[in-house]
Amino acid sequence: MKEIIWLGRGGQGAFTAAKLLGAAYTSGGNLYALAFPSFGPERRGAPVRAFTKLDTKPVLDRSQTEKADYIVVLDDTLYSPELNKLIKEDGKIIINSKSPAEGAETFDAGRIAAEFRLPTVNTVMLGLLTGISGIISADDAVCAIKEHMPAKIQERNINAFQEAVQEVLQ
Amino acid sequence: MSKKFLSGNEAFAEGIRLARPEVISAYPITPQTIVVERLSEMVEDGSLTAEYVHVESEHSALSCAIGASAAGARAFTATSSQGLLYMAECLYYAAGGRFPIVMMNADRSTALPWNIYGDQRDSLSQLDSGWIQAYAENAQEALDLALMSYKIAENKAVSTPYMANLDGFILTHTYETVDIPEREQADRFLPPYETDNRIDFDNPKNMAFSAGPDTNYIFKFKEHQGVLAARQVIRDTEKEFAEIFGRKYSGLIDTYLTDDADYILVTLGSIAGLCRETADKLRENGVKAGVVRIRYMRPFPNEEIAEALKNARAYGVLEKDISFGNEGAVFTNVNSALKKAGINISGYNFIGGLGGRNISAGDIQDIFSGLINGTDSVNFIGIGGVNNG
Repeated sequence: MKEIIWLGRGGQGAFTAAKLLGAAYTSGGNLYALAFPSFGPERRGAPVRAFTKLDTKPVLDRSQTEKADYIVVLDDTLYSPELNKLIKEDGKIIINSKSPAEGAETFDAGRIAAEFRLPTVNTVMLGLLTGISGIISADDAVCAIKEHMPAKIQERNINAFQEAVQEVLQ
Repeated sequence: MSKKFLSGNEAFAEGIRLARPEVISAYPITPQTIVVERLSEMVEDGSLTAEYVHVESEHSALSCAIGASAAGARAFTATSSQGLLYMAECLYYAAGGRFPIVMMNADRSTALPWNIYGDQRDSLSQLDSGWIQAYAENAQEALDLALMSYKIAENKAVSTPYMANLDGFILTHTYETVDIPEREQADRFLPPYETDNRIDFDNPKNMAFSAGPDTNYIFKFKEHQGVLAARQVIRDTEKEFAEIFGRKYSGLIDTYLTDDADYILVTLGSIAGLCRETADKLRENGVKAGVVRIRYMRPFPNEEIAEALKNARAYGVLEKDISFGNEGAVFTNVNSALKKAGINISGYNFIGGLGGRNISAGDIQDIFSGLINGTDSVNFIGIGGVNNG
C-alpha cells in the first residue's frame, strides 16, 4: 500500500488533491483507494490534513496514516522537521516553497499556479507528486480533474498539472 | 452499473435516488450535510421526483416524514448527533405509528464538550426507540443499505422505521470506488410503496390514536414482533438483492475467521476492516484471532453472536460508546446474548474513537493482547481501565 499525507490550509484544496489522486489511481477499475480528510468544519486558513491510501486490494485500514510514502505540503509555513517522523525510510516530502528545506524537495508551485491564474496550488502539487512518484499516470489524473472539478476551471488546472509534471522531468 | 469515486454521503444519496422516495424532509448538520445537499440537487435537476421540504429543525424533519408516511408516501430524512437527539420524541411516534420511514444517521459525538467528529453515542442512545438500526462498514454497503432499507422497513410483517448509520467522517467523508446499480435493476428490486396504514378518504380510519392501560401493551407487543420479524426479512431481502445486483451480505452479523478462533473481537461500523487486518497479522504469529462485525443492532443478533463466540476463550467488544456508570451499550447487548445461550467466557469492553479520536492498528493489537492476557472489564483505549464488576 502507498500512503500519502497532504498538508494545507483550509481553502487551498488539499483534500481535493487527495481525492483526485484516489480517483486517478482507481480509474482503471481494478485498483483501490481511500481518500479522506482529518478536518471537520472547513475553516479558511486553518491547518488541514488529508490522506490518500492506494493499494492493489481493497483498503480496509481507515485509520490515519502513521508512516507515509509521500507527504505533500501545500503551504511551507506548515512544514517542520517533525514531519520526518511521519515518513517511511524511503519516503519523500514535497513542499511548495520558494526556498530549499532540509530533507525535502521544494518547488515554487505558486509560480506555476499564478501562470495559469489559479488561486490554489493543489493540482500543481498533484502534478509534482505524479512526476516524482509515478504512482499515477498523467492521463488518469487529467480524467480525474475532468470528472471532479467544475467545468470552468478544468482547463487551467489540467494545464497547471501538466506543467508541474514537466517541471519535475526537467 | 457504473463505478464512481464517491464519499459515503454521496453513495448513500445515490442509493436513495434509486429508491425513489416521494418526500424528503431534512435539516442539515455536519457530517450529514452532503447527503441532503446531493438529494436537493437531484430533485432540482429532475433526476429524482420528490417533494423536498426545507424544515426549520430536526424535530420538524421527522414530524414531516411521519405526516408524509401517514399519507402513504415513501419518506426519507437524515440527521446526526444533536439533531438525532432533538428529534428523539418523534422517533417513538414514527416507530409506534409503524411508519416505514428511512433515515440516514451520520454517527457523531454528543455534546458536551461540543465536537463534530464521529462516534456512535448518538444512535446507540436510541436503541429503545423502536427503529431498526443498521451500521455500514464502507460506502458500497451504505449505498446498498439505502436500497435495501425501504424493502425491509415496508415489508408488511415489519412496518417499522429504519435507521442506517454511517460513521461520521470515516465513512461519510471518505471517498472510495462505488458501484452504482442501474435504474432498471433498482426498480425491479424495489416496487413502489403500498400500504393500508395511511389516511384514505374512501376508507376512513383512526390513526396515531391513544391507547389506555388495557390495550397499550398489545400495541407494544406488536411493535416488538415487527422489529423481530425483520430478522427473516433482512435475510430474504439480501438474498433477492444478491440475485439482482450480485453483491452478497451476511444478515445481522458478518463473521471473519471465527470458526476456530480463540480470541474474538466484536465491533460495528467502519473500524471492522482494521480489526480483520489485525486478526490476519495475529494469525501469522500463531494467535487464532477472529472478528464479528455487528451489522444490525436492532433486531439484535442474539443467536448469531452466541454461535460465533461459543468456542472462543475470550471476547472483546470495541465500540464508540459508553453508558456512563456502566459500560458500552453494545457490550451489554453482547453479554446478554451469551448469557441467554449459556456461554460463560471472559469478555472485555473497549471504548474508543470517542469524539473522532483515531483508532490505530496498534490500538487493535493492544485490544487483542488484553483478550489474551486479561484486562479490566471496561477499558478506555489509551487511558486505562475500570473494573466495575
